[in-house]
Amino acid sequence: MRRNLIFVFLFLFVGSFVWGVQEFKAKDHPSDNGTAIDLSWQLPRYVKTASQQEPVLLHYNSFVIEKQDSLGNWIKLKELHPEETHYTDSDNIAPGQNSNYRFLAYAHELRQPLTFEAQTVSFAQWYDYKKTPLLIMIVLLCGAVIYYILAAKKGRDLFIRKINGLESMDEAVGRATEKGKPILFVPGIGDLDDIQTIAGLTILSQLAYKAATYNADLLVPVSKSMVLSTAREIVKEAYLKAGKPDMYNQDKIFYLTDDQFGYVAGIDGIMIREQPAANFFLGTFYAEALILAETGFGTGAMQTAGTAQPHQLPFFVVTCDYTLIGEELFAASAYLSKAPDQLGSLKGQDLGKLVIVVFIILGVVLEIVGIPWLKTLLTLE
Amino acid sequence: MKKTVPLGITFLVGLIVISSEFIPHKPFNYINEGLENWFLIISSFAIILGQLSLIKVNSGKVKEKVENWQYYLVGLISFGVMVLCGILWGTEDAKGLAGNGDKLIAFFGQKPFEYLFSNIYQHLSSTMFALLAFFIASAAYRAFIIRSFESNLLMLAAVVVMLGRTSIGTSLTAWLPQGWRWLHLPNIADFIMNYPNNAAQRAIMISAALGIVGSSLRILLGIERSYLGGGD
Repeated sequence: MRRNLIFVFLFLFVGSFVWGVQEFKAKDHPSDNGTAIDLSWQLPRYVKTASQQEPVLLHYNSFVIEKQDSLGNWIKLKELHPEETHYTDSDNIAPGQNSNYRFLAYAHELRQPLTFEAQTVSFAQWYDYKKTPLLIMIVLLCGAVIYYILAAKKGRDLFIRKINGLESMDEAVGRATEKGKPILFVPGIGDLDDIQTIAGLTILSQLAYKAATYNADLLVPVSKSMVLSTAREIVKEAYLKAGKPDMYNQDKIFYLTDDQFGYVAGIDGIMIREQPAANFFLGTFYAEALILAETGFGTGAMQTAGTAQPHQLPFFVVTCDYTLIGEELFAASAYLSKAPDQLGSLKGQDLGKLVIVVFIILGVVLEIVGIPWLKTLLTLE
Repeated sequence: MKKTVPLGITFLVGLIVISSEFIPHKPFNYINEGLENWFLIISSFAIILGQLSLIKVNSGKVKEKVENWQYYLVGLISFGVMVLCGILWGTEDAKGLAGNGDKLIAFFGQKPFEYLFSNIYQHLSSTMFALLAFFIASAAYRAFIIRSFESNLLMLAAVVVMLGRTSIGTSLTAWLPQGWRWLHLPNIADFIMNYPNNAAQRAIMISAALGIVGSSLRILLGIERSYLGGGD
């Protein structure tokens, strides 16, 4: 009804008549928390004025979208280029709120703009369907991991390849014991909300246990207070487990600074003064990686590093005796514990890796032959 | 009980956080933000622990007069001065207990905390960062020593990329005709960076992501307990 009235208005007052597809729609933005509205439009291509016999092609100058405020006034929301066909409004929209829009299309051939109105209510959704590919991948990966955990618990024999960097832990601790020098463990500059730091700390648990068993000294300088309290708890438990609680000294696990380069300066100083027999750099590292590892190399310590930061890995590979690359860091705790259920999870990861490799190869082949189906299926919008 | 409750909380929170990734509806869409705020609050309290550790370790060394004990003293004094400046005259936007320190601002041009930060701390930090250049040179030298086929390959790739990124590299192959453009050093360097290098980095990232999934699952399911101090 409203649209018809607009046509009548245009014909009577603008003195012209437009035809072709014409609509202006306002729809709730899908898969969101109810804070956006999608606006789309299709406009007529021709106009017939009272003075002309033949329809005239319309050349639009610009589009203006207006939004009605709480007092009923139309406020300009956006001016758009005439090639645009849609716009998403996410300014001050709350779930359940009714929003009124007015669309004005200006053209050279029209004395007055074409005007359309639309309204809609935004709603928060209970499922983000755009993330379905991600959900499928998570279910597949988690399914594989859980399957192998259960299989391992039932006693299935699982082969896990040897990780040299982790096998070296005994050697490092033995060397520190023989030389009477400490072991230095650096958990990186990440906080506890970083999974790499947690992975590093799980290795610290095993290392502290071995250090306690062989009576080796362990130094753990940290850069985050949360990591400090966690590391202390971990080392204390490890010493208790090894039956040597009296050997635990909480001052050996100490806070240096939150600052990246201050932390490096502090650790470099420790390496030069204490001359540790073995250094472990396991966690999140950025530009400080090479400064640490190169100083450690200079002191002649046996070095093991591990991080999932691809840009820092080459530095560690060059300067350290052993490097845990990416996933090996996360696998370390399970590998060292030798517990069947933990090893099962590693096997599950490998299956996940196989699935991804298959997807990559299939995706490449399909793209080469011009079938974008798999890419479209797995692309996150 | 000491382990069961944290494990239960971990499982529950993990499940909620994963669900919130797929549910944009209230309250799930606010949960991540809320948890991050909780983490920040807990971290703020933990900072006190860190500072106590710093004071205890350093003052112990000063007291025992260990070798180079003067440096530990300097560290303690620096820490104390920064904390005092922050508390008394505030930082950039916040007022301190003694106001903004207008007289000091007139003298230093900045608040004392900001002055120390930009004139001492930042320079020291930059100095440490600058050391990286020298360490890269010595590490690169070791990496490029020809020992095996792999190190040959590494050296070759490094030389091509380094030359390709400099003007001399461009001029070295500029005489090649247009039909041989792919042999221009900058193009070869771009190829190495965009394809073999990118492919290797993505492989590491994919495997690390899988490792994170496995690690997270172990933690959520309570199989991995080392971060709680290990044990049962």
